[in-house]
Amino acid sequence: MKFPYNEKVLENFKNPKNVGKIEDADGKAIVGSPACGDMVAVYIKVDQKENRIEDAKFESYGCASNIATGSIITELAKGKTIEEAKQITWQQASEALGGLPKIKAHCSVLAVEGLREAIQNYEEKHGLIKEKEPTTPDLIKRRLRNVMNPLTGLDIVRGNLIKEVKVEGGAVSIWVDLPENHIYAANIKEEVEDRISTLWDVKKVDIHFNPP
Amino acid sequence: MAERIIYMDNAASTRLDERVLEAMRPYYLTTYAVATSEFGHSMGIEAKETLEAAKVGIAKGLGAGVEEIVLTSGDTESSNFALKGVTMAQAKKGKHIIVSKIEDFPVLNSAKALERTGLQVTYLPVDGHGFVDLGELEKAITRETVLVSIHHANQEIGTMQDIEAIGKICHERGTLFHTDCTHTFTRVPIDMGKLPVDLATITAHTIHGPKGIGALYVRKGTPISKWMDGGFQENNLRAGLENIPGAVGFAKAIELVTAEENERIRAIRDALIAKLLDAVPQTVLNGHRTKRIPQNANITFHRVEGESITLHLDMRGVEVSTGSACFSRSLEASHVIMGIGGNHERAHGSIRYSLGRFNDISEVDSVVEAMSDIVTRLRSISPLKE
Repeated sequence: MKFPYNEKVLENFKNPKNVGKIEDADGKAIVGSPACGDMVAVYIKVDQKENRIEDAKFESYGCASNIATGSIITELAKGKTIEEAKQITWQQASEALGGLPKIKAHCSVLAVEGLREAIQNYEEKHGLIKEKEPTTPDLIKRRLRNVMNPLTGLDIVRGNLIKEVKVEGGAVSIWVDLPENHIYAANIKEEVEDRISTLWDVKKVDIHFNPP
Repeated sequence: MAERIIYMDNAASTRLDERVLEAMRPYYLTTYAVATSEFGHSMGIEAKETLEAAKVGIAKGLGAGVEEIVLTSGDTESSNFALKGVTMAQAKKGKHIIVSKIEDFPVLNSAKALERTGLQVTYLPVDGHGFVDLGELEKAITRETVLVSIHHANQEIGTMQDIEAIGKICHERGTLFHTDCTHTFTRVPIDMGKLPVDLATITAHTIHGPKGIGALYVRKGTPISKWMDGGFQENNLRAGLENIPGAVGFAKAIELVTAEENERIRAIRDALIAKLLDAVPQTVLNGHRTKRIPQNANITFHRVEGESITLHLDMRGVEVSTGSACFSRSLEASHVIMGIGGNHERAHGSIRYSLGRFNDISEVDSVVEAMSDIVTRLRSISPLKE
Protein backbone atom coordinates (compact mmCIF):
# COMPACT_ATOMS: atom_id res chain seq x y z
CA MET A 1 0.00 0.00 0.00
CA LYS A 2 1.17 3.46 -0.80
CA PHE A 3 0.04 6.35 1.37
CA PRO A 4 0.46 10.03 0.53
CA TYR A 5 2.50 10.71 3.69
CA ASN A 6 5.58 9.21 5.31
CA GLU A 7 5.43 6.84 8.28
CA LYS A 8 6.12 9.52 10.84
CA VAL A 9 3.32 11.77 9.61
CA LEU A 10 0.97 8.80 9.46
CA GLU A 11 1.83 7.79 13.02
CA ASN A 12 1.20 11.33 14.31
CA PHE A 13 -2.04 11.41 12.33
CA LYS A 14 -3.24 8.01 13.49
CA ASN A 15 -2.28 8.40 17.11
CA PRO A 16 -1.82 12.12 17.66
CA LYS A 17 -0.18 13.14 20.92
CA ASN A 18 -1.48 15.88 23.25
CA VAL A 19 -5.00 15.89 21.90
CA GLY A 20 -7.69 17.73 23.83
CA LYS A 21 -8.40 20.83 25.83
CA ILE A 22 -6.65 22.25 28.90
CA GLU A 23 -9.57 23.61 30.91
CA ASP A 24 -7.54 26.09 32.99
CA ALA A 25 -5.09 26.95 30.21
CA ASP A 26 -2.77 29.90 30.76
CA GLY A 27 -2.78 30.65 27.06
CA LYS A 28 -5.01 29.50 24.20
CA ALA A 29 -5.78 30.33 20.61
CA ILE A 30 -7.96 29.06 17.80
CA VAL A 31 -6.65 29.74 14.32
CA GLY A 32 -8.17 28.94 10.95
CA SER A 33 -7.03 28.92 7.39
CA PRO A 34 -9.29 30.75 4.98
CA ALA A 35 -7.76 28.89 2.02
CA CYS A 36 -8.62 25.41 3.12
CA GLY A 37 -11.06 25.69 5.97
CA ASP A 38 -8.99 23.86 8.55
CA MET A 39 -8.98 24.99 12.18
CA VAL A 40 -6.62 24.33 15.07
CA ALA A 41 -6.94 25.18 18.76
CA VAL A 42 -3.78 25.26 20.91
CA TYR A 43 -3.75 25.37 24.72
CA ILE A 44 -0.69 25.90 26.93
CA LYS A 45 -0.08 25.58 30.65
CA VAL A 46 2.89 27.61 31.85
CA ASP A 47 5.13 27.23 34.90
CA GLN A 48 5.15 30.92 35.71
CA LYS A 49 8.18 30.91 37.93
CA GLU A 50 10.39 29.53 35.21
CA ASN A 51 8.33 30.89 32.32
CA ARG A 52 8.38 27.37 30.89
CA ILE A 53 5.64 25.46 29.01
CA GLU A 54 4.56 22.63 31.26
CA ASP A 55 1.88 21.21 29.07
CA ALA A 56 0.51 21.82 25.60
CA LYS A 57 -2.58 20.37 23.92
CA PHE A 58 -4.36 20.84 20.63
CA GLU A 59 -7.66 20.20 18.84
CA SER A 60 -8.00 20.00 15.07
CA TYR A 61 -10.74 20.28 12.50
CA GLY A 62 -8.48 19.51 9.61
CA CYS A 63 -6.68 17.22 7.28
CA ALA A 64 -3.93 14.73 8.01
CA SER A 65 -1.01 17.16 7.86
CA ASN A 66 -2.87 19.57 10.10
CA ILE A 67 -3.43 16.89 12.75
CA ALA A 68 0.12 15.56 12.50
CA THR A 69 1.60 19.05 12.87
CA GLY A 70 -0.60 19.75 15.89
CA SER A 71 0.76 16.60 17.47
CA ILE A 72 4.41 17.40 16.75
CA ILE A 73 4.26 21.11 17.60
CA THR A 74 2.82 20.45 21.06
CA GLU A 75 5.54 17.82 21.60
CA LEU A 76 8.21 20.33 20.59
CA ALA A 77 6.77 23.06 22.81
CA LYS A 78 6.53 21.04 26.00
CA GLY A 79 9.42 21.78 28.38
CA LYS A 80 10.60 24.79 26.43
CA THR A 81 10.71 28.31 27.88
CA ILE A 82 8.29 30.81 26.39
CA GLU A 83 11.15 32.52 24.57
CA GLU A 84 12.39 29.20 23.13
CA ALA A 85 8.90 28.13 22.11
CA LYS A 86 8.35 31.39 20.21
CA GLN A 87 11.27 30.45 17.97
CA ILE A 88 9.77 27.13 16.80
CA THR A 89 9.24 27.31 13.04
CA TRP A 90 7.22 25.39 10.50
CA GLN A 91 10.46 24.03 9.06
CA GLN A 92 11.35 22.52 12.44
CA ALA A 93 7.91 20.98 12.74
CA SER A 94 8.11 19.65 9.19
CA GLU A 95 11.61 18.24 9.79
CA ALA A 96 10.48 16.59 13.00
CA LEU A 97 7.79 14.89 10.91
CA GLY A 98 10.31 13.75 8.31
CA GLY A 99 8.97 16.19 5.70
CA LEU A 100 5.49 17.26 4.60
CA PRO A 101 4.20 17.64 1.05
CA LYS A 102 4.69 21.26 -0.07
CA ILE A 103 1.09 21.65 -1.16
CA LYS A 104 0.11 20.96 2.44
CA ALA A 105 2.31 23.70 3.89
CA HIS A 106 -0.57 26.02 4.65
CA CYS A 107 -2.60 23.35 6.46
CA SER A 108 0.34 22.54 8.70
CA VAL A 109 1.59 26.09 9.23
CA LEU A 110 -1.67 26.67 11.07
CA ALA A 111 -0.60 24.64 14.08
CA VAL A 112 2.60 26.68 14.31
CA GLU A 113 0.56 29.89 14.18
CA GLY A 114 -1.72 28.42 16.82
CA LEU A 115 1.19 27.89 19.19
CA ARG A 116 2.50 31.43 18.63
CA GLU A 117 -0.91 32.91 19.24
CA ALA A 118 -1.44 30.84 22.36
CA ILE A 119 1.86 32.23 23.68
CA GLN A 120 0.79 35.76 22.77
CA ASN A 121 -2.51 35.17 24.52
CA TYR A 122 -0.60 34.01 27.61
CA GLU A 123 1.64 37.06 27.62
CA GLU A 124 -1.26 39.46 27.20
CA LYS A 125 -3.29 37.81 29.90
CA HIS A 126 -0.41 38.01 32.33
CA GLY A 127 0.64 41.56 31.55
CA LEU A 128 3.88 40.48 29.93
CA ILE A 129 3.56 42.63 26.81
CA LYS A 130 6.10 45.41 26.98
CA GLU A 131 4.88 47.83 24.32
CA LYS A 132 1.34 48.81 25.07
CA GLU A 133 -0.63 50.00 22.06
CA PRO A 134 -4.03 51.56 22.84
CA THR A 135 -6.95 49.53 21.53
CA THR A 136 -8.75 51.02 18.52
CA PRO A 137 -11.39 49.64 16.15
CA ASP A 138 -8.59 49.12 13.60
CA LEU A 139 -6.52 47.06 15.97
CA ILE A 140 -9.58 44.97 16.80
CA LYS A 141 -10.28 44.32 13.15
CA ARG A 142 -6.66 43.27 12.65
CA ARG A 143 -7.03 40.73 15.41
CA LEU A 144 -10.34 39.45 14.11
CA ARG A 145 -8.74 38.55 10.81
CA ASN A 146 -7.84 35.27 12.46
CA VAL A 147 -11.39 34.39 13.41
CA MET A 148 -12.92 32.38 10.66
CA ASN A 149 -16.38 31.35 9.65
CA PRO A 150 -16.17 27.61 8.93
CA LEU A 151 -19.14 27.87 6.60
CA THR A 152 -17.41 30.09 4.10
CA GLY A 153 -13.79 29.35 4.83
CA LEU A 154 -13.24 33.11 5.05
CA ASP A 155 -12.25 35.09 8.11
CA ILE A 156 -15.00 37.25 9.54
CA VAL A 157 -13.34 40.54 8.57
CA ARG A 158 -12.65 39.73 4.94
CA GLY A 159 -15.98 37.91 4.81
CA ASN A 160 -17.64 41.24 5.71
CA LEU A 161 -19.27 39.87 8.83
CA ILE A 162 -18.15 42.71 11.11
CA LYS A 163 -20.76 45.43 10.82
CA GLU A 164 -19.39 47.79 13.42
CA VAL A 165 -16.79 48.08 16.17
CA LYS A 166 -16.92 50.63 19.00
CA VAL A 167 -14.32 51.25 21.70
CA GLU A 168 -15.37 53.45 24.62
CA GLY A 169 -13.27 53.68 27.77
CA GLY A 170 -12.22 50.04 27.88
CA ALA A 171 -15.60 48.74 26.68
CA VAL A 172 -15.58 47.11 23.26
CA SER A 173 -18.78 46.46 21.31
CA ILE A 174 -18.77 44.40 18.15
CA TRP A 175 -21.70 43.83 15.82
CA VAL A 176 -21.53 40.60 13.81
CA ASP A 177 -23.66 40.21 10.69
CA LEU A 178 -24.89 36.70 11.49
CA PRO A 179 -28.11 35.56 13.16
CA GLU A 180 -27.65 34.59 16.80
CA ASN A 181 -28.91 31.08 16.01
CA HIS A 182 -26.26 30.61 13.28
CA ILE A 183 -24.72 27.14 13.58
CA TYR A 184 -21.30 28.56 14.50
CA ALA A 185 -22.40 31.70 16.40
CA ALA A 186 -21.21 30.28 19.72
CA ASN A 187 -17.82 29.34 18.26
CA ILE A 188 -17.34 32.72 16.68
CA LYS A 189 -18.44 34.56 19.82
CA GLU A 190 -16.01 32.65 22.00
CA GLU A 191 -13.14 33.21 19.62
CA VAL A 192 -13.80 36.91 19.32
CA GLU A 193 -13.94 37.22 23.10
CA ASP A 194 -10.71 35.29 23.49
CA ARG A 195 -8.88 37.54 21.10
CA ILE A 196 -10.13 40.87 22.39
CA SER A 197 -10.60 40.42 26.13
CA THR A 198 -6.88 39.85 26.67
CA LEU A 199 -5.89 43.30 25.37
CA TRP A 200 -4.35 45.28 28.23
CA ASP A 201 -6.79 48.20 28.19
CA VAL A 202 -9.98 46.24 27.50
CA LYS A 203 -12.29 45.67 30.45
CA LYS A 204 -15.45 44.47 28.78
CA VAL A 205 -16.40 42.87 25.44
CA ASP A 206 -19.95 42.82 24.10
CA ILE A 207 -20.72 40.86 20.98
CA HIS A 208 -24.01 41.40 19.21
CA PHE A 209 -25.56 39.13 16.61
CA ASN A 210 -28.59 39.79 14.43
CA PRO A 211 -31.96 38.67 15.77
CA PRO A 212 -32.82 35.21 14.34
CA MET B 1 -1.96 -3.26 5.66
CA ALA B 2 -5.58 -4.21 5.23
CA GLU B 3 -6.18 -7.74 4.00
CA ARG B 4 -9.15 -6.96 1.85
CA ILE B 5 -9.73 -3.87 -0.22
CA ILE B 6 -13.23 -2.45 -0.31
CA TYR B 7 -13.19 -0.29 -3.41
CA MET B 8 -15.94 2.32 -3.50
CA ASP B 9 -14.39 4.80 -5.91
CA ASN B 10 -15.86 3.39 -9.11
CA ALA B 11 -16.94 6.83 -10.37
CA ALA B 12 -13.25 7.67 -10.64
CA SER B 13 -12.47 4.43 -12.45
CA THR B 14 -13.30 0.74 -12.25
CA ARG B 15 -11.52 -2.58 -12.26
CA LEU B 16 -11.48 -4.09 -15.73
CA ASP B 17 -13.66 -7.17 -16.04
CA GLU B 18 -11.47 -10.14 -17.01
CA ARG B 19 -13.93 -11.13 -19.72
CA VAL B 20 -13.34 -7.73 -21.28
CA LEU B 21 -9.60 -8.25 -21.17
CA GLU B 22 -10.00 -11.65 -22.84
CA ALA B 23 -12.13 -10.14 -25.60
CA MET B 24 -9.47 -7.49 -26.24
CA ARG B 25 -6.41 -9.75 -26.17
CA PRO B 26 -6.49 -10.98 -29.81
CA TYR B 27 -6.56 -7.42 -31.08
CA TYR B 28 -3.24 -6.69 -29.43
CA LEU B 29 -1.57 -10.02 -30.27
CA THR B 30 -3.15 -11.48 -33.41
CA THR B 31 -5.16 -8.95 -35.36
CA TYR B 32 -3.15 -5.83 -34.64
CA ALA B 33 -3.18 -4.15 -38.02
CA VAL B 34 -4.66 -0.75 -38.71
CA ALA B 35 -8.21 -0.91 -40.04
CA THR B 36 -8.01 -0.62 -43.81
CA SER B 37 -10.47 -0.42 -46.68
CA GLU B 38 -11.78 -3.56 -48.32
CA PHE B 39 -8.90 -3.20 -50.77
CA GLY B 40 -6.24 -3.41 -48.07
CA HIS B 41 -4.45 -6.47 -46.73
CA SER B 42 -6.36 -9.23 -45.05
CA MET B 43 -5.39 -8.42 -41.46
CA GLY B 44 -6.44 -4.82 -42.07
CA ILE B 45 -9.78 -5.92 -43.50
CA GLU B 46 -10.37 -8.14 -40.49
CA ALA B 47 -9.45 -5.22 -38.21
CA LYS B 48 -11.95 -3.01 -40.01
CA GLU B 49 -14.72 -5.58 -39.63
CA THR B 50 -13.93 -5.98 -35.95
CA LEU B 51 -14.06 -2.23 -35.46
CA GLU B 52 -17.42 -1.98 -37.21
CA ALA B 53 -18.86 -4.82 -35.15
CA ALA B 54 -17.64 -3.22 -31.93
CA LYS B 55 -19.20 0.09 -32.92
CA VAL B 56 -22.50 -1.66 -33.59
CA GLY B 57 -22.35 -2.98 -30.04
CA ILE B 58 -21.58 0.46 -28.63
CA ALA B 59 -24.38 2.07 -30.66
CA LYS B 60 -26.81 -0.59 -29.45
CA GLY B 61 -26.09 0.42 -25.86
CA LEU B 62 -27.52 3.85 -26.66
CA GLY B 63 -30.27 2.81 -29.04
CA ALA B 64 -28.35 4.72 -31.71
CA GLY B 65 -27.25 4.09 -35.27
CA VAL B 66 -23.67 2.96 -35.78
CA GLU B 67 -22.97 5.98 -37.98
CA GLU B 68 -23.85 8.18 -34.97
CA ILE B 69 -20.94 6.91 -32.88
CA VAL B 70 -17.56 8.67 -32.98
CA LEU B 71 -14.90 6.85 -30.99
CA THR B 72 -12.67 8.97 -28.79
CA SER B 73 -10.06 8.46 -26.09
CA GLY B 74 -12.67 8.81 -23.33
CA ASP B 75 -15.18 11.12 -21.70
CA THR B 76 -12.83 14.09 -21.50
CA GLU B 77 -12.20 14.07 -25.22
CA SER B 78 -15.85 13.40 -26.03
CA SER B 79 -17.05 16.45 -24.09
CA ASN B 80 -14.27 18.63 -25.49
CA PHE B 81 -15.27 17.49 -28.97
CA ALA B 82 -18.96 18.21 -28.35
CA LEU B 83 -18.46 21.73 -27.03
CA LYS B 84 -15.62 22.81 -29.30
CA GLY B 85 -16.79 20.97 -32.41
CA VAL B 86 -20.37 22.23 -32.25
CA THR B 87 -19.47 25.86 -31.49
CA MET B 88 -16.89 25.80 -34.28
CA ALA B 89 -19.42 24.44 -36.77
CA GLN B 90 -21.99 27.04 -35.75
CA ALA B 91 -19.69 30.04 -35.40
CA LYS B 92 -21.83 31.97 -37.86
CA LYS B 93 -25.12 31.12 -36.16
CA GLY B 94 -24.28 32.38 -32.69
CA LYS B 95 -21.77 32.75 -29.91
CA HIS B 96 -23.53 31.64 -26.77
CA ILE B 97 -23.61 28.34 -24.91
CA ILE B 98 -25.20 27.20 -21.66
CA VAL B 99 -23.79 24.71 -19.16
CA SER B 100 -24.78 23.90 -15.59
CA LYS B 101 -22.57 25.11 -12.77
CA ILE B 102 -21.97 21.60 -11.47
CA GLU B 103 -20.80 19.89 -14.66
CA ASP B 104 -17.72 17.72 -14.47
CA PHE B 105 -14.44 19.34 -15.52
CA PRO B 106 -14.38 18.25 -19.21
CA VAL B 107 -17.53 20.28 -19.90
CA LEU B 108 -16.91 23.05 -17.37
CA ASN B 109 -13.34 23.73 -18.44
CA SER B 110 -14.15 23.41 -22.15
CA ALA B 111 -16.77 26.11 -21.57
CA LYS B 112 -14.20 28.27 -19.78
CA ALA B 113 -11.72 27.77 -22.60
CA LEU B 114 -14.36 28.81 -25.15
CA GLU B 115 -15.16 31.84 -23.01
CA ARG B 116 -11.53 32.94 -23.30
CA THR B 117 -11.84 32.81 -27.08
CA GLY B 118 -14.78 35.23 -27.01
CA LEU B 119 -17.81 32.98 -26.66
CA GLN B 120 -20.48 33.88 -24.11
CA VAL B 121 -21.18 31.21 -21.53
CA THR B 122 -24.11 31.02 -19.11
CA TYR B 123 -23.42 28.88 -16.06
CA LEU B 124 -26.86 27.78 -14.90
CA PRO B 125 -27.34 27.49 -11.15
CA VAL B 126 -28.89 24.38 -9.63
CA ASP B 127 -31.17 23.86 -6.64
CA GLY B 128 -30.35 22.16 -3.34
CA HIS B 129 -30.51 18.69 -4.90
CA GLY B 130 -28.53 19.65 -7.96
CA PHE B 131 -31.41 20.05 -10.41
CA VAL B 132 -31.33 22.65 -13.13
CA ASP B 133 -34.42 24.86 -13.08
CA LEU B 134 -36.21 24.33 -16.38
CA GLY B 135 -37.71 27.83 -16.30
CA GLU B 136 -34.25 29.32 -15.80
CA LEU B 137 -32.95 27.27 -18.70
CA GLU B 138 -35.72 28.48 -20.95
CA LYS B 139 -35.00 32.08 -20.00
CA ALA B 140 -31.28 31.66 -20.60
CA ILE B 141 -31.65 30.45 -24.20
CA THR B 142 -31.34 33.28 -26.72
CA ARG B 143 -31.17 33.49 -30.51
CA GLU B 144 -27.41 33.35 -30.11
CA THR B 145 -27.44 30.07 -28.19
CA VAL B 146 -25.91 27.26 -30.22
CA LEU B 147 -25.51 24.57 -27.55
CA VAL B 148 -26.77 23.57 -24.12
CA SER B 149 -24.64 21.06 -22.22
CA ILE B 150 -26.15 19.59 -19.06
CA HIS B 151 -25.01 16.27 -17.67
CA HIS B 152 -27.35 13.32 -17.33
CA ALA B 153 -26.16 12.65 -13.78
CA ASN B 154 -23.71 14.38 -11.53
CA GLN B 155 -20.29 12.83 -10.93
CA GLU B 156 -20.26 13.60 -7.20
CA ILE B 157 -23.80 13.64 -5.86
CA GLY B 158 -25.42 11.36 -8.45
CA THR B 159 -28.47 13.57 -9.08
CA MET B 160 -30.15 12.74 -12.39
CA GLN B 161 -31.45 15.57 -14.52
CA ASP B 162 -34.66 15.30 -16.52
CA ILE B 163 -32.83 15.22 -19.87
CA GLU B 164 -36.04 14.54 -21.74
CA ALA B 165 -37.54 17.83 -20.55
CA ILE B 166 -34.26 19.71 -21.02
CA GLY B 167 -33.83 18.40 -24.56
CA LYS B 168 -37.42 19.29 -25.40
CA ILE B 169 -36.90 22.89 -24.29
CA CYS B 170 -33.64 23.12 -26.26
CA HIS B 171 -35.29 21.85 -29.43
CA GLU B 172 -38.33 24.08 -29.06
CA ARG B 173 -35.99 27.03 -28.74
CA GLY B 174 -33.87 25.93 -31.67
CA THR B 175 -30.64 24.97 -29.95
CA LEU B 176 -28.66 21.75 -29.75
CA PHE B 177 -28.40 19.65 -26.61
CA HIS B 178 -25.33 17.75 -25.39
CA THR B 179 -25.41 15.59 -22.28
CA ASP B 180 -22.52 13.96 -20.41
CA CYS B 181 -23.63 10.36 -19.71
CA THR B 182 -20.34 9.24 -18.16
CA HIS B 183 -22.10 8.14 -14.97
CA THR B 184 -25.42 6.97 -16.39
CA PHE B 185 -24.47 4.99 -19.49
CA THR B 186 -25.63 1.34 -19.00
CA ARG B 187 -26.50 2.06 -15.34
CA VAL B 188 -29.83 3.62 -16.33
CA PRO B 189 -31.73 3.08 -19.60
CA ILE B 190 -30.81 5.53 -22.36
CA ASP B 191 -32.60 5.31 -25.70
CA MET B 192 -31.55 7.86 -28.29
CA GLY B 193 -34.47 6.66 -30.41
CA LYS B 194 -36.75 8.43 -27.94
CA LEU B 195 -34.66 11.07 -26.19
CA PRO B 196 -34.36 14.61 -27.57
CA VAL B 197 -30.56 14.53 -27.31
CA ASP B 198 -28.18 15.60 -30.09
CA LEU B 199 -24.85 14.68 -28.55
CA ALA B 200 -23.87 12.45 -25.64
CA THR B 201 -20.59 11.62 -23.95
CA ILE B 202 -19.98 8.01 -22.94
CA THR B 203 -16.90 6.20 -21.69
CA ALA B 204 -15.74 2.65 -20.96
CA HIS B 205 -13.64 2.97 -17.84
CA THR B 206 -16.57 3.65 -15.49
CA ILE B 207 -18.31 0.37 -16.44
CA HIS B 208 -15.43 -2.11 -16.01
CA GLY B 209 -14.20 -1.48 -19.54
CA PRO B 210 -10.74 -0.37 -20.60
CA LYS B 211 -9.28 3.05 -19.96
CA GLY B 212 -8.57 5.22 -22.99
CA ILE B 213 -11.72 4.60 -25.00
CA GLY B 214 -15.00 6.47 -25.11
CA ALA B 215 -17.38 7.83 -27.67
CA LEU B 216 -19.39 10.84 -28.60
CA TYR B 217 -22.88 10.14 -29.83
CA VAL B 218 -23.66 12.61 -32.63
CA ARG B 219 -27.23 12.49 -33.88
CA LYS B 220 -27.40 12.27 -37.65
CA GLY B 221 -27.29 15.72 -39.22
CA THR B 222 -25.89 17.52 -36.17
CA PRO B 223 -23.41 20.18 -37.24
CA ILE B 224 -20.01 19.46 -35.72
CA SER B 225 -16.49 20.32 -36.88
CA LYS B 226 -13.59 17.97 -36.80
CA TRP B 227 -11.46 18.98 -33.88
CA MET B 228 -8.63 16.46 -33.80
CA ASP B 229 -6.83 16.80 -37.12
CA GLY B 230 -4.84 14.14 -38.94
CA GLY B 231 -6.19 11.23 -40.96
CA PHE B 232 -9.72 10.53 -42.10
CA GLN B 233 -10.84 8.07 -39.44
CA GLU B 234 -14.29 7.99 -37.85
CA ASN B 235 -16.10 9.34 -40.93
CA ASN B 236 -13.53 12.10 -41.03
CA LEU B 237 -14.70 13.44 -37.67
CA ARG B 238 -11.85 12.29 -35.43
CA ALA B 239 -8.34 11.65 -36.66
CA GLY B 240 -6.01 9.13 -35.06
CA LEU B 241 -5.37 5.40 -35.23
CA GLU B 242 -8.53 3.56 -34.23
CA ASN B 243 -8.28 1.91 -30.83
CA ILE B 244 -9.63 -1.46 -31.95
CA PRO B 245 -8.87 -3.45 -28.80
CA GLY B 246 -10.39 -0.57 -26.83
CA ALA B 247 -13.52 -0.55 -28.98
CA VAL B 248 -13.88 -4.33 -28.62
CA GLY B 249 -13.45 -3.99 -24.86
CA PHE B 250 -15.96 -1.16 -24.71
CA ALA B 251 -18.59 -3.18 -26.58
CA LYS B 252 -17.95 -6.20 -24.34
CA ALA B 253 -18.20 -4.04 -21.19
CA ILE B 254 -21.58 -2.72 -22.36
CA GLU B 255 -22.81 -6.24 -23.09
CA LEU B 256 -21.88 -7.39 -19.58
CA VAL B 257 -23.96 -4.82 -17.67
CA THR B 258 -27.42 -6.16 -16.88
CA ALA B 259 -30.53 -4.70 -15.30
CA GLU B 260 -30.17 -7.28 -12.51
CA GLU B 261 -26.67 -6.05 -11.77
CA ASN B 262 -27.90 -2.46 -11.56
CA GLU B 263 -30.61 -3.50 -9.13
CA ARG B 264 -28.08 -5.42 -7.03
CA ILE B 265 -25.85 -2.33 -6.90
CA ARG B 266 -28.81 -0.14 -6.02
CA ALA B 267 -29.69 -2.42 -3.11
CA ILE B 268 -26.13 -2.21 -1.74
CA ARG B 269 -26.17 1.55 -2.14
CA ASP B 270 -29.55 1.92 -0.43
CA ALA B 271 -28.36 -0.18 2.50
CA LEU B 272 -25.19 1.89 2.73
CA ILE B 273 -27.08 5.19 2.85
CA ALA B 274 -29.68 3.97 5.33
CA LYS B 275 -27.10 2.46 7.67
CA LEU B 276 -24.69 5.37 7.53
CA LEU B 277 -27.37 7.96 8.23
CA ASP B 278 -28.61 5.79 11.06
CA ALA B 279 -25.25 4.96 12.63
CA VAL B 280 -23.56 8.35 12.43
CA PRO B 281 -25.22 11.48 13.86
CA GLN B 282 -25.00 14.89 12.20
CA THR B 283 -24.95 13.69 8.63
CA VAL B 284 -26.70 14.84 5.52
CA LEU B 285 -27.26 13.05 2.23
CA ASN B 286 -26.05 15.15 -0.70
CA GLY B 287 -28.17 14.87 -3.83
CA HIS B 288 -31.71 13.64 -4.28
CA ARG B 289 -32.85 10.58 -2.36
CA THR B 290 -34.49 8.76 -5.28
CA LYS B 291 -33.62 10.63 -8.48
CA ARG B 292 -30.03 9.52 -8.39
CA ILE B 293 -27.93 6.95 -10.23
CA PRO B 294 -27.99 3.53 -8.54
CA GLN B 295 -24.26 3.37 -7.83
CA ASN B 296 -23.78 6.66 -5.97
CA ALA B 297 -24.01 7.75 -2.34
CA ASN B 298 -22.65 11.07 -1.09
CA ILE B 299 -22.87 12.06 2.55
CA THR B 300 -21.52 14.99 4.54
CA PHE B 301 -20.30 14.23 8.04
CA HIS B 302 -20.47 17.55 9.83
CA ARG B 303 -17.52 18.86 11.87
CA VAL B 304 -14.95 16.55 10.29
CA GLU B 305 -12.62 16.97 7.35
CA GLY B 306 -12.78 14.61 4.40
CA GLU B 307 -9.10 14.01 3.74
CA SER B 308 -8.66 12.82 7.31
CA ILE B 309 -11.60 10.45 6.81
CA THR B 310 -10.31 9.07 3.50
CA LEU B 311 -6.84 8.50 4.92
CA HIS B 312 -8.21 6.66 7.95
CA LEU B 313 -10.44 4.59 5.64
CA ASP B 314 -7.50 3.90 3.34
CA MET B 315 -5.53 2.51 6.27
CA ARG B 316 -8.43 0.11 6.80
CA GLY B 317 -8.55 -0.85 3.14
CA VAL B 318 -11.60 1.23 2.16
CA GLU B 319 -11.20 3.46 -0.90
CA VAL B 320 -13.54 6.41 -1.36
CA SER B 321 -13.33 10.04 -2.41
CA THR B 322 -14.17 13.42 -0.84
CA GLY B 323 -15.14 16.94 -1.91
CA SER B 324 -12.82 18.48 0.67
CA ALA B 325 -10.42 21.17 -0.49
CA CYS B 326 -7.58 19.35 1.25
CA PHE B 327 -8.05 16.31 -0.97
CA SER B 328 -8.06 18.05 -4.33
CA ARG B 329 -4.98 18.90 -6.31
CA SER B 330 -6.21 22.46 -6.68
CA LEU B 331 -7.02 22.78 -2.96
CA GLU B 332 -10.45 24.00 -3.96
CA ALA B 333 -13.57 22.73 -2.27
CA SER B 334 -16.00 20.76 -4.42
CA HIS B 335 -17.77 23.07 -6.90
CA VAL B 336 -20.67 20.64 -6.83
CA ILE B 337 -21.34 20.86 -3.08
CA MET B 338 -20.85 24.61 -3.22
CA GLY B 339 -23.13 24.70 -6.28
CA ILE B 340 -26.03 23.01 -4.49
CA GLY B 341 -25.93 25.78 -1.92
CA GLY B 342 -23.58 23.97 0.36
CA ASN B 343 -20.74 25.74 2.07
CA HIS B 344 -17.12 25.10 2.83
CA GLU B 345 -17.93 23.04 5.87
CA ARG B 346 -20.35 20.81 3.96
CA ALA B 347 -17.84 20.25 1.16
CA HIS B 348 -15.08 19.71 3.71
CA GLY B 349 -16.84 16.71 5.28
CA SER B 350 -18.41 15.18 2.15
CA ILE B 351 -17.62 11.59 1.20
CA ARG B 352 -18.57 9.95 -2.09
CA TYR B 353 -19.11 6.19 -2.19
CA SER B 354 -19.41 4.94 -5.77
CA LEU B 355 -20.17 1.28 -6.37
CA GLY B 356 -19.59 -1.18 -9.16
CA ARG B 357 -19.82 -4.81 -10.20
CA PHE B 358 -17.31 -6.05 -7.66
CA ASN B 359 -18.94 -4.61 -4.56
CA ASP B 360 -20.86 -6.91 -2.28
CA ILE B 361 -23.62 -6.33 0.25
CA SER B 362 -21.34 -7.84 2.91
CA GLU B 363 -19.06 -4.80 2.60
CA VAL B 364 -21.71 -2.39 3.87
CA ASP B 365 -21.39 -3.22 7.54
CA SER B 366 -17.59 -2.99 7.47
CA VAL B 367 -17.76 0.45 5.88
CA VAL B 368 -20.44 1.68 8.29
CA GLU B 369 -18.47 0.44 11.27
CA ALA B 370 -15.27 2.06 10.03
CA MET B 371 -17.04 5.34 9.27
CA SER B 372 -18.75 5.49 12.62
CA ASP B 373 -15.50 4.84 14.42
CA ILE B 374 -13.44 7.31 12.37
CA VAL B 375 -15.97 10.12 12.53
CA THR B 376 -16.36 9.72 16.30
CA ARG B 377 -12.61 9.88 16.73
CA LEU B 378 -12.15 12.92 14.52
CA ARG B 379 -15.05 14.74 16.14
CA SER B 380 -13.57 14.11 19.56
CA ILE B 381 -10.48 16.10 18.56
CA SER B 382 -12.37 18.87 16.75
CA PRO B 383 -12.53 22.39 18.26
CA LEU B 384 -15.91 22.93 16.57
CA LYS B 385 -18.69 22.46 19.04
CA GLU B 386 -22.00 20.79 18.36
